[in-house]
Amino acid sequence: MHPILLAMDWGLLLEKAVLITIIISVSLLVAMYETWGERKIAAVIQDRRGPNRAGPGGLFQPLADGLKLFMKEEIIPTSSSRMLFVLGPGLAMLTAMMTSAVVPWSSHFDLFGRHIELQIADVNIGILYIFGVVSMGVYGIMIGGWASNNKFSLLAAIRGASQIISYELAMGISIIALLMLTGSLSLKTIVEQQQHGVYYVLWQPLGFLIFLVCAFAECNRTPFDLSEAENELNFGYHQEYSSMKLGFYLFAEYVNMFISSAVMATLYWGGYDIPFVNDTAFGQAHGQNLLAILQAVSLFGKVIIFVFFFMWVRWTIPRFRYDQLMRLGWNVLIPLSLVNMLVTGFLILLHQNNWHF
Amino acid sequence: MGITQILFWFLSVLALISAILVVVSKNPVHSVLWLILVFFAISGHYILLNAQFLAIVNLIVYAGAIMVLFLFVFMLMNLNADTEPQKNKWLKIAGVIASGSLLLVLVAALKNADMKSRLAEMGGGNIGLIHNLGLALFNDYVIPFEISSVLFLSAMVGVVVIGKKE
Repeated sequence: MHPILLAMDWGLLLEKAVLITIIISVSLLVAMYETWGERKIAAVIQDRRGPNRAGPGGLFQPLADGLKLFMKEEIIPTSSSRMLFVLGPGLAMLTAMMTSAVVPWSSHFDLFGRHIELQIADVNIGILYIFGVVSMGVYGIMIGGWASNNKFSLLAAIRGASQIISYELAMGISIIALLMLTGSLSLKTIVEQQQHGVYYVLWQPLGFLIFLVCAFAECNRTPFDLSEAENELNFGYHQEYSSMKLGFYLFAEYVNMFISSAVMATLYWGGYDIPFVNDTAFGQAHGQNLLAILQAVSLFGKVIIFVFFFMWVRWTIPRFRYDQLMRLGWNVLIPLSLVNMLVTGFLILLHQNNWHF
Repeated sequence: MGITQILFWFLSVLALISAILVVVSKNPVHSVLWLILVFFAISGHYILLNAQFLAIVNLIVYAGAIMVLFLFVFMLMNLNADTEPQKNKWLKIAGVIASGSLLLVLVAALKNADMKSRLAEMGGGNIGLIHNLGLALFNDYVIPFEISSVLFLSAMVGVVVIGKKE
């Protein structure tokens, strides 16, 4: 064999490949059942039954929806730029998926004499990586909207992109306040710090609120779904799309919701830490593998609570007007997050000085 | 060839081809998209040099923010090939001569440069890691750093003043 092939750690490669496959499949599965959950929650809130024909409790509804989307005729408008028209939904899906690479899903397994981390990559710039990928997410919307060669799509795309850029700023500043506390950008380290202390939401309640609002805006969810305001813009930036390309855009939104819930749980709510349990002692008493499974379950519980919150808000609060949206972003959230950052920095300095001025 | 070398050549070829396509593309929107690919390739080079912070900040700032603004402008201006006025022939020739001489100057300057001792260490240096970079910025270069941030702030204030209609 070639020396390069021998030099690589094939076990690690296999391990990561399996992990990536599992995480992507789980994200897609969760996104599928999020669509079902959304309909059910909407039904409960609006006093209806929701999907109940396909399977028990409508559980096969997402499969039926997917099948329908695949079967639909695929239309590419003749005046669109074909290459970019196809690239748009692909990019939207790709960026939605890529964020999951730095989220720690659980501590680690000890299997086959190996120490298997349940995180695809523990890079020391974890949070910045998430920001980088999120800022790439704009292109899926913009390219799709522009390539459709439709005025409404273009307007919707520009609305969506400017909204995402505006809210990214407040999100970034609220994260800076958190980073001053953690002193690390690695998500794994942040979770471990919360396991030994308290959850960061207690130190950063305002920062968490700002992050939450910005996450809604980044996911283009109600009350911030201006880019698909159908009474103004028909169907938004994906108006010209049909079949699975439309499905990719709609699906990417649900994947985004899942991943941003995971990120919020990791940053502010202890990530895979099991609440009110001393994880290390539990691991020594019952074995590391059981602990890792329970921790993953714990993270999923937190994620499901956040996803439910996303849906609850969607069916409760009406959409903002565009000027209200921009005013909230620039005149409220950014000053608030700046104040939050200054106060946090001041308190940290005071604490380092043993509470003397 | 090791894996880093293969990656280096791949990224370099990618960067050069996309840079050429930025210039050659007829449609300005396509040019911007190729330019984004150039930034990705350059970020890949940063990662090869173990400068992860620079790599990701390059992506966030240039590919994620500045290029989005470029796209905004190009998409709203609706620049088509047929509405573009034909440029003067002499202007084109002058452009070719000017950029050719720039290339000549750059090559001449680089020809005698001391390249061997200044080769970047592949994956060796760790100044680009966020911890070391932060220490360097706030210990050794704190005054230039603060002055440049004030410069940015004044630029921002200036834009707001100009943008505000009386």
